[in-house]
Amino acid sequence: MKKVYLYEAFERFWHWGQTLLVLALIVTGFEIHSSYELLGYKLAVQWHNNAAWAFIVLVVFAIFWHVSTDAWKNYIPTINNLRAQLDYYLLGIFKDAPHPSRKRVLSKLNPLQRIIYLGLKILVIPVMAGTGLIYYYFNSPESRLEVSSVEPIALIHTLGAFLLVTFLVVHLYLITTGQTLFSNLNAMVTGWDVMDDNEVKEIIEEAIEETGQKVKSKRSATKRSKEVNDIVADALSETEKKVRNKELASQKTERK
Amino acid sequence: MRKIIPVILMILIPSIVAVIIINQNERSLLHPPTMDLSMFEHQAVVDHSEFEELQGVFDSAQAVTAACLSCHNRRGAEVMKTAHWKWSREEYIEGKGIVPLGKKNILNNFCIGVSGSEGTCTRCHIGYGWKDKSFDFKNQNNIDCLVCHDNTGTFRKGKGMAGLPDPSVDLPYVAQNVGLPTKQNCGVCHFWGGGGNNVKHGDLDIALLESSKQVDVHMAANGIDMTCVACHKTENHKISGKVYASSSENKDRLVCEQCHTETPHNDKLLNQHNIRIACQTCHIPEYAKVNSTKMIWDWETAGQMDDSGHPAHWNDQDGNHKYMAIKGTFIWDDHVTPEYYWFNGTANHQLIGDKIDITNLPLQMNTLYGSYSDKGDSTGEGCSKIWPVKVHRGRQIFDSKHLTLIQPKLWDKEKGKGAYWKDFDWNVAAQKGMDYLELPYSGEFDFVETEMYWPLNHMVSPADKSLGCKDCHIRKTGRLEELTDFYMPGRDRLVTLDASGIILVLISLLGVFVHSTLRLTSVFKRENNSIKHQKSEQ
Repeated sequence: MKKVYLYEAFERFWHWGQTLLVLALIVTGFEIHSSYELLGYKLAVQWHNNAAWAFIVLVVFAIFWHVSTDAWKNYIPTINNLRAQLDYYLLGIFKDAPHPSRKRVLSKLNPLQRIIYLGLKILVIPVMAGTGLIYYYFNSPESRLEVSSVEPIALIHTLGAFLLVTFLVVHLYLITTGQTLFSNLNAMVTGWDVMDDNEVKEIIEEAIEETGQKVKSKRSATKRSKEVNDIVADALSETEKKVRNKELASQKTERK
Repeated sequence: MRKIIPVILMILIPSIVAVIIINQNERSLLHPPTMDLSMFEHQAVVDHSEFEELQGVFDSAQAVTAACLSCHNRRGAEVMKTAHWKWSREEYIEGKGIVPLGKKNILNNFCIGVSGSEGTCTRCHIGYGWKDKSFDFKNQNNIDCLVCHDNTGTFRKGKGMAGLPDPSVDLPYVAQNVGLPTKQNCGVCHFWGGGGNNVKHGDLDIALLESSKQVDVHMAANGIDMTCVACHKTENHKISGKVYASSSENKDRLVCEQCHTETPHNDKLLNQHNIRIACQTCHIPEYAKVNSTKMIWDWETAGQMDDSGHPAHWNDQDGNHKYMAIKGTFIWDDHVTPEYYWFNGTANHQLIGDKIDITNLPLQMNTLYGSYSDKGDSTGEGCSKIWPVKVHRGRQIFDSKHLTLIQPKLWDKEKGKGAYWKDFDWNVAAQKGMDYLELPYSGEFDFVETEMYWPLNHMVSPADKSLGCKDCHIRKTGRLEELTDFYMPGRDRLVTLDASGIILVLISLLGVFVHSTLRLTSVFKRENNSIKHQKSEQ
């Protein structure tokens, strides 16, 4: 077992901030829906609004982060491996089969996650924020927002809330399906995820493969040894970095 | 860790600052109402007891008025323009055009109407001698100055005297002690309308003369002790505000916002409620807080005589009239929860000649117009709001052939003139009443269920007694349970959507349960197998 630094600080802050706010929104939201009594109606409404505004601020930061770091590429949907991932959850997991998808810095999500998270990001959350904002402003004359009836808005908002609760249930369960029961949770807390030796081997093989491709193209074009040397040197130092990461991590685990 | 802290600070600090700035901006816009209460104080500038004109003996009430007008020589003309004098206003009613509307001609479901019975009803008119149609509305000496301006509390109009003072009143004494109208002056009619204290409005009760803040925050003796005219500001005898139950146009209204502004709360959420909810809805959670008010009046049972042949009469356990041979059966109530209606300030009125739609009963005497979808003009003016309303329900006489309401003659001084209260004959009373109005009567009558709507304005409770969120935002039994033409959070839901949502969540939980159970058993199996394998190897 080796470790790899997968989730950087902002990513984790965003994830846990979102967790807190979505939980707050669900708890207060269903109180406003008269599903139960907990905080008292007025407090529930106030906290629902506060949490909603905080959530929107967080989303704005998260959008900026995704765009500026290429992290958005994690959410490009793919059907590669989709079947394999489904097979894993439905069959393989019971036979201790290996995970079909490997986590990389720019490919942390398996194909199922890509589709679900993308759906959340471009459909559920914008719709919830949009209907929430209409809900918040429709009665305010200065907003000049003319809504003949808030009913469809409210119903869509309710539907989204149920979808988010469902997501939460499934998500909470699926985080136990990592290398170990708590490795995924641990990774989202510390940033370090567990990888087995095969995966480390794959990282190095990929690096060699990539470097080889680069060298090959340069060699045929220029045949200048200095450039080739540079490419190989770069590749070496990068791979070294990756391996050092994993060594550091393994030292940590050994100490424990 | 070194990396996390600056990132978190970078995000948290701007968010916190932003939230604080937004909140403070909202707060600074919402200032609590600070009112100059000195405007309610009034210092008399003259002493009427020193005026020569008011000394000596007056040989009639009209002589007092003449004395008043000898100095206040423009006031007579002013008073004659008012609804208090004319008992009528020009009002526009949708579909009926501009019609005269007021106590003079309006029908209600209490004592029905004044026509033919003026001798007793005009005890509440600010004039002397309106006993029938012959009353001279042009004679300024017929104005009763004293009923409104008496500050001695001794002026009383006589019973059945068409507005003239009771013979026991010491006119010079009253005339020498006049001043601004007190609650007593207004209350003598506005509390006692309909033949008894608090009968009609439910929120205008003699209890307001000496009330606590719990009963009325504005008029409370231990509070700012406002008089009626402190709110109902008056210029040239034109008193601001109109009773909603007998005016159909949304004009000359007196509204809370005049003093309290449109944003009286330190809470944006509450202020937003004011866009569609009248202040009164939350701040008058109940009415008839001290004495009972009449809720139901059934004329049909009238006319029973007791064993000795006299008109029967008995009270309920609270001492209120339960049955009167002249009027029928009543149901009273106190601490009443209002009913709630959309209301844009305009109303319809069932006029005397209007046909009754017997397929749509109870008959609405004054339909309050408004609905959720009625948002007024582009500025929001005339937007329907939810109002608390006293609904008075009755059964009253109507012409079952012509399908119109009947104005029966109810009162007369003596028997044999056809007045129901003396002769107890509906047919004759109906004929006499309709003849008086020069309207047809078929000779066939019956009784029809009616409803009359009285939007509430008085008996404002202290803030801590006003309605809370859960009085309306609750699944069932909320105050607005009957107002179903809009979606209200906390009350409304789409049952199929909620059920589907719950089923979806349950299915996901079940899936998790099944999947985790299978995983656990597969782990046990593998472990068992490997142990067996090890054993067999050994």
